[in-house]
Amino acid sequence: MAVEQLEKFTVTIDGIPVQVEPGTSILNAARQIGGDIVPPAMCYYSTLEGSGGKCRTCLVKVSKGSEKDPRPMPKLVASCRTNVMDGMEVQNITSTEVLDARKSIVEMLLINHPLDCPVCDQAGECKLQDLSYEHGVEQTRYEFERRTFERIDIGDKIQLHMNRCILCYRCVYVANQLTEGRQHGVMYRGDHAEISTFIEKAVDNDFIGNVIDVCPVGALTDKTFRFKSRVWFTKPVDAHRDCPTCSGQVTLWYKGEEVLRVTGRKDEYNEVHDFICNTCRFDKKRTSDWVLDEPTKLDKESVITANHYNTFQPIPVIKNNPELQEANEEQLARTERLK
Amino acid sequence: MQSLSNRKKVLEQKPMNFWERIYLPAIVKGLGITIRHYFKKKPTVKYPEQERPYSKNFRGQHSLKRDELGRERCTACGLCALSCPAEAITMTAAERKKGEEHLYREEKYAAVYEINMLRCIFCGLCEEACPKEAIYLDGSHVTAEYLRKDFIYGKDKLVEPVFDIQKLNQKQSS
Repeated sequence: MAVEQLEKFTVTIDGIPVQVEPGTSILNAARQIGGDIVPPAMCYYSTLEGSGGKCRTCLVKVSKGSEKDPRPMPKLVASCRTNVMDGMEVQNITSTEVLDARKSIVEMLLINHPLDCPVCDQAGECKLQDLSYEHGVEQTRYEFERRTFERIDIGDKIQLHMNRCILCYRCVYVANQLTEGRQHGVMYRGDHAEISTFIEKAVDNDFIGNVIDVCPVGALTDKTFRFKSRVWFTKPVDAHRDCPTCSGQVTLWYKGEEVLRVTGRKDEYNEVHDFICNTCRFDKKRTSDWVLDEPTKLDKESVITANHYNTFQPIPVIKNNPELQEANEEQLARTERLK
Repeated sequence: MQSLSNRKKVLEQKPMNFWERIYLPAIVKGLGITIRHYFKKKPTVKYPEQERPYSKNFRGQHSLKRDELGRERCTACGLCALSCPAEAITMTAAERKKGEEHLYREEKYAAVYEINMLRCIFCGLCEEACPKEAIYLDGSHVTAEYLRKDFIYGKDKLVEPVFDIQKLNQKQSS
């Protein structure tokens, strides 16, 4: 009875009111509205318990605490970790203070992040790239040496580029919550912090491949996809198969007829809801292994949509004319003889 | 109808008078123009021996650049191919092995890099898109070929030769 009687809270985000359940975070309330007013998030991941509160990109301004206590909150708050109150008024993109803060956060995230996007396999689907494109400054002010690490192989399928890591802890939560027996975590503190396996021990668990999907940057990448193709030259197609260990709902990334890689299905906030197992991810790379559903729906501003047709078999550009082909071959034979 | 531009000239057609009918003054006038041009500066050049200078922003055949140590700058990031409106560029990336550091600048390089010169419209967008300053359209005209397949230029034709100061000195002294 009590559950049904719980009143819904009304929050206003950037002037748009929305009714949400008590206990919802500001970020999720904004996601219920959708559109431009959703704060970006680098570390929060809705399917991972306890994630969020680390990257500070989702900072918002609470200009009115609640109906009962209308005082504004003294500082900007992380919207992924702050729950809504009834009558709360939140400013995101309407507040210059928030936009300024976000710009500084991006600059801070990029302090140690190398600008090797031309080499990085994540480029094109990298959240940090999008974020810095939208909110970042063009020039870095950082004059000191960036911290550098050697590349580490975690198992034979996953590669860790610690240089690119922004310490969002998502992969740690994946290792904690999806796999039994955690072998992966963050070591050291502050500027020295790095994600690592215990004494570089190879992680072998059926779901460990998901750390690739949850990584917002190119720190954890698929070794089987390494340098195969840029993301925007591949075509994503949703597919499924009967998998005994996972849901089997995946996205296949095609280049021509070839499946270059398999990932989980990501929603508009780049979050995977059905985590997939390593067998699906690394071992099933033939079309015959899968039942194709439909081409993945992409944001129209995404670079991945460049030069893509939204059909399985695009209509041929040139009509097949056997008569003309024969004539061309004859012509070719003649010119070859002349040479 | 009234003219919209007000630049219309109305031609008047009248019957020719006596001087116009005998043609001689017109012939003399025409010959005068011909003879005057005979002493003027010629606007043409004798092409194979003499060549016109290219303009500074002329866009010709592409070249893939090397850096100051002679390593290839291209990292096969694919932005040139993405920006190409004619879809003339294709590439395959490869990872740099140990011991190849003197050949390629970054850990990834283009193992195959092909431009189809029949498709290319020489718009220069690839040059603009390149984050590594690796491609420039600074060559001359693309030459004619007999076969279509010869217009697909690979790395052998595109990558600029290694800069060698000694060879340059030899050429200058000889």
